[in-house]
Amino acid sequence: MVEVKNLTKSFPPPPGQNGEDYKVLDNISFNVEERENFVVFGRSGTGKSVLLKCIVRLLEPDIGYILVNGKNVVHISIKEMNEIRKRIGFLFQGSALYDSMTVRENLEFPLIRNFDFTASEREKKVKDVLEKVGLSKAIDKKPAELSGGMKKRVGLARTIITEPELILYDEPTTGLDPITTKEISQLIVELQKDLNITAIVVTHDLICARIVADTSIVLRAGKICYEGEIKGLEKADDPFLKNFFSIELVNTDSGEI
Amino acid sequence: MKILTKNKENPVAFSQSLTNFFETIAGLTTFSVRFFKDVFRPPYEFGEVKKHMDELGIKTMPLVTLTGFIIGLVIAMQSQPVMKRFGAESFLPGMVALSVVRELGPVITALIFAGRVSSGIGAELGSMRVTEQIDAMEVSAVNPYKYLVVTRILACTLILPILTLYVDFLAIMGGYLAVALSDASSFQVYINAVFKSLEFTDLIPGVAKTLFFGFIVGSVGAYKGYNAENGTVGVGKASTSSVVMASLLILLTDTIMVKITVWIWP
Repeated sequence: MVEVKNLTKSFPPPPGQNGEDYKVLDNISFNVEERENFVVFGRSGTGKSVLLKCIVRLLEPDIGYILVNGKNVVHISIKEMNEIRKRIGFLFQGSALYDSMTVRENLEFPLIRNFDFTASEREKKVKDVLEKVGLSKAIDKKPAELSGGMKKRVGLARTIITEPELILYDEPTTGLDPITTKEISQLIVELQKDLNITAIVVTHDLICARIVADTSIVLRAGKICYEGEIKGLEKADDPFLKNFFSIELVNTDSGEI
Repeated sequence: MKILTKNKENPVAFSQSLTNFFETIAGLTTFSVRFFKDVFRPPYEFGEVKKHMDELGIKTMPLVTLTGFIIGLVIAMQSQPVMKRFGAESFLPGMVALSVVRELGPVITALIFAGRVSSGIGAELGSMRVTEQIDAMEVSAVNPYKYLVVTRILACTLILPILTLYVDFLAIMGGYLAVALSDASSFQVYINAVFKSLEFTDLIPGVAKTLFFGFIVGSVGAYKGYNAENGTVGVGKASTSSVVMASLLILLTDTIMVKITVWIWP
């Protein structure tokens, strides 16, 4: 479904500062199979979100290619990219709901502009997805009236309303309490089963990763340092990987914690 | 002054400021040119344009109402004693009307509009940028430039001439109040004198240039907000810098427009 090959992305130093470009992703390669929940795990600032943004071309990679359904998205026009984007859902870290619109308008937004549904068909779709995420009563509320967990759910509803083949989740449980974290994670698994969706989930949340992951990779300093199941990750001897699971901090060889 | 001295002492900082300035001008030009490319391309968001026009009109109406009336009142009050001294009091309605319609009405309305609207657009789009709402639009295969920017620029360009005509009317009424307070001049006489001195060629350039001013307000606010970065600090910067830049460009454009108007209708 998604094949990433030799992906490299760097950012220039901030204005007014000299120095070399900062390499966020360094020669990353991996495959995501169809109907798989693929978790990208790692510390904050290791380029997990940058990776997702490269897949949908919100950021342009420096080197490498990304195949989505066999099509290299790196070298195609915006028009062609938009056709691919219509089949991809993206749940942003902060939900990115449109402030000026109600929940209903947020959900209708992609439907009105990209599909030919009638008003009644749209209404049915909006009600169906809101029921799926358990927020039917919030239909006429504005994002400012919703809690963090509710925003995530509405964001998720907006993502699945177009029935995408692939969903990219950027830290879906950040800032949520453990119970809501479990609820959202289970919702991701249910959606994957019900709608046969392929998902790439970027997270540093262990609870979420344990519930969601079929396969995982761990990023460290822009490179993949582990690839496999989460269970294998929990048993790893690498001090860096151990730090994710142990209560005490374990010093790594490089002194990095 | 302090900044200038500091920059003179530090040539690197000065060249950086100069580079930033030219980068902004180049960026704004490219950004504005894109408007003409996207505005004629479907889908057309007429509903959004109308919604923004309503919002902008309501937002600025109280301020321009008060300002318009006061401009006319103050000009008439200031000029009356001087004109009286030269025995030219009968020219007062014409003078108020001409100065308001040709220059003060369009420019002052545009400056108020810039202060009220450009900052608002800068802040709104800036916060949409930093909270990834613009990215969300792009990812859902919707052109955010077309939906957010084109609609706002178009709304500003269309609403400002209407607001200017409204301000022109109020200023002329304000002028009458000053006249009525000092003399017992009839409204009929005042209005006749106004229409006698005004010609169509006075009204056209005054209103036409507000189309440019409206475009400037919309595009500067949208440019600053659309390209905001560095979180809430960036949003604040986008908001304030858009007012400063829009106001300067309005005054600069006005100078050019006046020169062109005088050249066409000497």
